[in-house]
Formats: sequence, C-alpha cells, structure tokens
Amino acid sequence: MRISSGIHQNRWLGALAIIIALLVWEVCALLIVKNPFILPAPTDVLVAFIGFLDDGTLLLDLEESLIHFAIGLGAALLIGIPLGIMMGWNRRLDAFLDPLIELLRPIPPLAWIPFAIIWFGLTAWSAGFVIFIGAVFPIIINTYQGFRSVPRIFVEAAKMLGCTKSRDLIRFIAFPAALPSVVAGIRIASGVGWMCLVAAELFGVSNYGLGSRLWFLYNIHQMDGVVVYMIILGLLGLAFDTIFRYYIDRYFLKWRTGEVA
Amino acid sequence: MGKLEIRDLNQSFLRDDGSNLVVLDHLSFEVRDKEFVCILGSSGCGKTTLLRLIAGLDAAQAGSIFLDGEEMKGQNPKVGMVFQEYSLFPWRTVIDNIAFGLEMKGIPRDERYRIAGQYLDLVNLSPFRNSYPSELSGGMRQRVAVARALTLDPVLLLMDEPFGALDAQTRNMLQKELLDIQEKTKKTIVFITHSVDEAVYMSDRIIVLTPRPGRICRIFDVPLARPRDRTSVEFAQVRREVLDLINQNSSIQ
Repeated sequence: MRISSGIHQNRWLGALAIIIALLVWEVCALLIVKNPFILPAPTDVLVAFIGFLDDGTLLLDLEESLIHFAIGLGAALLIGIPLGIMMGWNRRLDAFLDPLIELLRPIPPLAWIPFAIIWFGLTAWSAGFVIFIGAVFPIIINTYQGFRSVPRIFVEAAKMLGCTKSRDLIRFIAFPAALPSVVAGIRIASGVGWMCLVAAELFGVSNYGLGSRLWFLYNIHQMDGVVVYMIILGLLGLAFDTIFRYYIDRYFLKWRTGEVA
Repeated sequence: MGKLEIRDLNQSFLRDDGSNLVVLDHLSFEVRDKEFVCILGSSGCGKTTLLRLIAGLDAAQAGSIFLDGEEMKGQNPKVGMVFQEYSLFPWRTVIDNIAFGLEMKGIPRDERYRIAGQYLDLVNLSPFRNSYPSELSGGMRQRVAVARALTLDPVLLLMDEPFGALDAQTRNMLQKELLDIQEKTKKTIVFITHSVDEAVYMSDRIIVLTPRPGRICRIFDVPLARPRDRTSVEFAQVRREVLDLINQNSSIQ
C-alpha cells in the first residue's frame, strides 16, 4: 500500500508532466514550426476555446452530441441487456443466437454508416445508430458472461429458500450476481460509443455536434479550433468514465471487497 | 415432526470411458424426529450426493425419500440447507440474507425483518445486522447461513460439511452453538462430515458410509450425555471405535 504523501507526490508528478508537455508544445509551435495550420500553439487554442464558449457554438454542439450519444447508448442498453440475459440464462437461445452475433460483431461500426444514412437519413437517429452498433456488443457479451458465471451455489441456495421460478431466480439471484459484469460492459460500451460518435458525425449526419464541428473547422483550416474540439472530446470521455467508475466503486465496493472472483 | 426415511436409494454417474460409477448403492436408513445424525465417510463416498438428493437439488435414479411419511420430489420448504462453501448472497446485507426466504414467500418487510431479527439473535450476530458478508469472518458467515436456513422454520436441516473450512477453535465453538440451537429449535439435523471428532461430539447416531459404491458400513449410537467432553475416556472410546472401523475399510480399498 502506498502512503498518502506518496499519492500526493504522484499527483504532482502527473501535473508536472502535463505542464511540461504544454510548454514544449508552446515552444515548438512558436519557435520551431511557426505555422499555426500545422501546429497551433496552446495559447491560440485557449483563445479559440473562449471564442466558441462566447458565441454559444460549443454548447450547441455539446447538446447535439449528447443527444446522439444518449440515443445510441440508450438503444444499446435496451436491446443488449435483455439479449445478454436471455442468452446467458437459456442455453438453446445461446446456441441459436451466438453464431449470428459472432458474425455481426467484427464488422466495424463505421462500416454501417452508409446504411445508417440510408435507413435513418441525415438525422440524429443515424448517428445514434452507429453509436448503438459500437456499444451494443460489449453490453451483450458482458451481460452474457455475467449470467454464465453466476455461481451455482447461489442458485441452489435460493432454490432451497423457495426461490424456484426462473423469473425470480433471474431477478433476485442471477441479475444482482451478474451486475458487476454488466456494469463493466456498459462502461466499455460508453467508451466505444464515444469513439463512434465522432466518426458518425464526421459524415455530416447533422450540422451540429462535436464531431461534425471538428470536421467543419478542418475544412475551413481553423486548426486551433480543431484542437479545442479534440480536447473537449477527450475530456468528456474521461469525465464519463470517471463519473461511472465513481458510482460503480461506491455501489459495489461495499460487497465486493475481499471476494476473490 | 421431522422423520426422514431413505428407501433403496440408487445413484450412479456415467464415467468418461462409458463405464458406470455407482455412487450410492441401495441405501436405506431412517432419521428419527429431532435426531442429530452425522453421515461420516471419506471424500468420494457419496455423502454430498446423498444430501443433494434429500434436498431435492438432484433427482435419484431409483429409490425414494419420505419426510413424515410424504414422498419428497424436488425442493421442499420443510427442508433447509447449509452449504459447505460460502453461499451467502454477497450483494445482500446480513439481515436481507436471512430474510430472503421470507421475502420469497411474500411476507411484508417489517414482519420479515422482525422474524429474521430473531434468528439473527439466535446466532448472536445482532451487531452485524447491516454488514455485508464480505465484512464477516468465515465462522460468522456460516452462522448467518444457519440463521438463513432456519427462518422458514424447516423440520429438517441438512448440513453439508458446514464447518469444514473453519479453523479448529471456531469449529468447536460453532459445533457447540449448533447443538444449543438444536436444543432450542428442535430440528431434525442430518450433518455431513469427514471428521470423526465432529461426528462423535455432535451426533445421536453416526452413519458410516463406505466409498464406491456408497453403502452403509455401520450405524453407531453415541450414548454419551450432552454437553460432551472431548477429553473424556468415554468420548475417546467411541472415537476409537469409529476410527478403527474407518481404518479397516480403507485398508480393504
């Protein structure tokens, strides 16, 4: 175990690395590259950021992207979790669906973009669909594995206590036992979905959105703006993951500490 | 009431090479109401198989099991079970683990907490009411498992080497506590163990099984008064008798 002063020290070390990177970047941009199209300086990026914040484009884009993300992740949860549960619980359904899912899964989500546009037009639904494709498989697979690895002894103990119906066993035993795995799947899915978001928006399914703005700024050669959006995308991805992990830890650590499996 | 009759129980498993492994061979015995019976045997003698059949977790290939004259098929609310490994639901607090059976019966929250609280008292764990199983020691977890098995007020309690994973001191303590609990609740208990000491300390009768195929080797009455003294001459005598029998058997193998 690390002592607390060690953790503080490490945190400062991490911050120091970021500061050094920013300084090196600034020096490179101003003194070596001297071309803001190839490498905009951090100070330029900061100015551009304040500009986007001022005229409201950033908020508008953020809102649009979050809508895409919510559609995609929401649909993936709605379809992925029940599907994973059914396949994890019922061996015949597993045998029936598994080959189909294993065939569809390796198709990169971005390869679905043409059909996303044909089926849903240039709407938020089309971007949502691409995110859904990216997010649904990790959710299915983790839910499935969670259900598969429910210890038999929990099911038998529950049966001895009068919990015998399949529906009750899923609700009271298998689902809570599988929940850590399900939640881990959702966390992976949100990461993959966030990556799909930019790509889906790049194809112009919407006039707003972080990804489409990033592409637009590139087209008008405003590279400091591109960097602003890159950073925003990265920070938001980090924020989702951190918030998620915080809640997972708070909820599960209570009962998972000390467990080996 | 809680009279258990086992009649002509047969169970075999198919080996990988296609041959048949007979685990239980025409097993018949009776357990009287409120009796504490230990089933003793080395590992692989079919003790756990037998208990799972009584519990209704597996179906017997032949033979029948009666509880108070009624044939049992599948799980029965009159039968409670304490497992060898940790079987507490780790996502539920101690009180919610104990109340699980009552919850399944649809008993309202306040009422089931009241009943579960009594059993929590019985195993002396009231201060740990809202703890999670991961916060408890091994001995405490098995106490909770006992309380959980008792809440539905079964007439027959099955225990599959429940103290096998515990250290010797905790084990002795829990043995004593279990006897107190039986004294208070008057359950019929079928207890599986491979420890001769445990069997002699706890049982009214000891059923010794031979391994492969599982048959009854001998049934011992343990005439010692309770509480029993592990260091007494009489205790040692019964112990030696049982041990001798087991040693004879294993030398035949």
